[in-house]
Amino acid sequence: MTVLRKFGNFVTGTGRMAFLGGNKLYYAWLTFLAVCIVQALFAYAHQYDRGLISTSMRDSVSWGFYIGNFTFLVGVAAAAVLLVVPAYVYDWKPIKEVVLFGELLAVAAIVMCLLFVLVDMGRPDRFWHLIPGIGHMNLPSSVMAWDSIVLNIYLAVNLTVASYLVYCAYYGIPYNKKFVVPLVIFSIPMAVSIHTVTAFLYNGMASRPYWNSAILAPRFIASAFCSGPALLLILFQILRKVSAFEIKDEAIHKVAELMAYAMGFNLFLFGAEVFKEYYSNTHHLVHYQYLFAGLHGTASPIALYAWMSLAFAVISFFLFLIPKTRRNFVTMNIGCVLIYASVYIEKGIALIIPGFTPDQLGQVYAYVPSATELRVAAGVFGVGFLLFTLMVKVSVSILFERPPAAGLAAGQAAHA
Amino acid sequence: MRELPTLPAMPAPAAPAEGYTRREALVMGLFALAAAATTTGCAVDKLALDDFVAKHFKDLSPAELQDRLAQLEQRYTEQYGKQVTVSATPAQEGVLFGYALDLSRCIGCRKCVYGCVEENNQSRDPQTHWITVLEMDKEDGVNLQNANAYYDHETVPAPGKFYMPVACQHCENPPCTKVCPVAATWKEPDGIVVIDYDWCIGCRCCISACPYGARRFNWGTPSVPKDEFNPVTEYLGNRPRQRGVVEKCSFCIQRVRKGLYPKCVEVCPVGARKFGNLLDPESEIRYIIENKRVYILKEELNTQPKFFYYYGL
Repeated sequence: MTVLRKFGNFVTGTGRMAFLGGNKLYYAWLTFLAVCIVQALFAYAHQYDRGLISTSMRDSVSWGFYIGNFTFLVGVAAAAVLLVVPAYVYDWKPIKEVVLFGELLAVAAIVMCLLFVLVDMGRPDRFWHLIPGIGHMNLPSSVMAWDSIVLNIYLAVNLTVASYLVYCAYYGIPYNKKFVVPLVIFSIPMAVSIHTVTAFLYNGMASRPYWNSAILAPRFIASAFCSGPALLLILFQILRKVSAFEIKDEAIHKVAELMAYAMGFNLFLFGAEVFKEYYSNTHHLVHYQYLFAGLHGTASPIALYAWMSLAFAVISFFLFLIPKTRRNFVTMNIGCVLIYASVYIEKGIALIIPGFTPDQLGQVYAYVPSATELRVAAGVFGVGFLLFTLMVKVSVSILFERPPAAGLAAGQAAHA
Repeated sequence: MRELPTLPAMPAPAAPAEGYTRREALVMGLFALAAAATTTGCAVDKLALDDFVAKHFKDLSPAELQDRLAQLEQRYTEQYGKQVTVSATPAQEGVLFGYALDLSRCIGCRKCVYGCVEENNQSRDPQTHWITVLEMDKEDGVNLQNANAYYDHETVPAPGKFYMPVACQHCENPPCTKVCPVAATWKEPDGIVVIDYDWCIGCRCCISACPYGARRFNWGTPSVPKDEFNPVTEYLGNRPRQRGVVEKCSFCIQRVRKGLYPKCVEVCPVGARKFGNLLDPESEIRYIIENKRVYILKEELNTQPKFFYYYGL
């Protein structure tokens, strides 16, 4: 069999696995995601036709919901792969599977990141200006240029490793450790770098005192260590129920414990930031005042979310810190949802908007995303979750549902 | 195609010969979407393609630049119904432009704002202004947190208030050009910070990075009525802008490189605005910097503006 035919066979085979043999809930979920995507296409067509004026962004608040989501998802992508480290250190049994699902989540998250940047661009038709060789990149000075490079490399690395592992398992052939292991190790510092570079994008702007803080990048990493694992913990529990995927309770509780430390550190850094701003009480305090209350006697539309995010963070910190609630699956899952919501608000709303409010000349524009922005964002999440769902379905089919002689056994033999 | 059963209450499915199958309709819909995406609406024209493949200003050879200028002149001439020129005047040797504004004279009349709009073909609907005039309390001094850009009095100046017009400060150390991922904005040898509207991708990093709120994004499609269009244009200045790109004050590059004052200097009724060559020791701008009390906006950020506020009285 030629390589090309073998690859074609793999594509059609996995395609069949992705769409066939699911239960009713699976198809309902796919339909829901498809609806999200289709309605977003209409919203984006409207935005493309009229311009970004159909968003609520204006010169005062020139980045909004799209860039907030982008930032959040970079964190998810980074943390998904960083979970490899504890999986290795604590010697969880299914390390290959943890690596694989982490990388699949990273791929889906990066695809969403790139889509969020694309829908935020005034001239998406000129994306080729960013392609090295034919474009004209502003290196080394532009952090945005670096960000687009590291994100694309990260996507390529994770896509390569994940699809190679699945491909090998599909044909029941042992995977080449000399190829996979260096790439996985390379992806760990890459994961840190994508989130650090994204933090530097904001951090490096002296024009925005709210972001111009040296602990912004550490805060990004700490909060990402909360949100990424939260998603994976829920995924692992679902997979354990519906497939032969095995993960010990201890491993799950260990992740929850690590998340408690990450959230504790995140809250500490946030507290340090809040102390500095309120105690020194300079003009730069206005951004925190807008975040938590409002300015010039007008309530800020984001204050409620800011308090919610903080409350969720504190509650989930204690849920994960106390061994009893951490080991109870009900309270742990509540904690996962709260952590995810907390970080989502922190990155999606509380990071970007106060940075711009008040603007550089002290003017207040109370930004709230428009219906178009919400609809387009729902579609981008739809694409990402659809991609992730299909990839996980294929992986589960190959790894756990096919006769072991053809797939898993050979792969495991090579792994051992 | 398989014969479909028809319900009496519903119209019969169209015969494939004259109507479209669902598949055909879907494909046509996709083509329509693609066509809508590549053009601004009506026709799949050559203009859109020319713009799509347009090179970075600095990557154009002299011959390519001439071609592009001629192409744009022809396009704008047809579009606005009058002879339009588009030049790419190079910077003069030994010139570094500087600007000074007398805070003690400015009365906040916004004549500069609207003079600039007319000269530089800023969009009238939606409205774009390159100059923002801030109103602040004399008691409070320069405090941007209490500044009001939206004052609307019958007469100016309002009692107890002073006015601070802000536009691009043409920094020697511009934070905006540094962050641009595609180098679509840069500082020219004569100190003017310019934007290549054909290269800008509309990511708005520069708007975030500018400490002076000087940059404007074309959120909608900019429009200038034909009879109000200024036909003397510069490639890196006041030529028509597209939707989705950033623009800002260029010190009236189309005027100053030909020895004229910026429009705002000309229209200011109280003589609060001064302009000249910082490298000429005999210039008025040098006299002001050396002899008056000068205020630099956000001096601590080390942007090194070439825009100097001063107190002349």
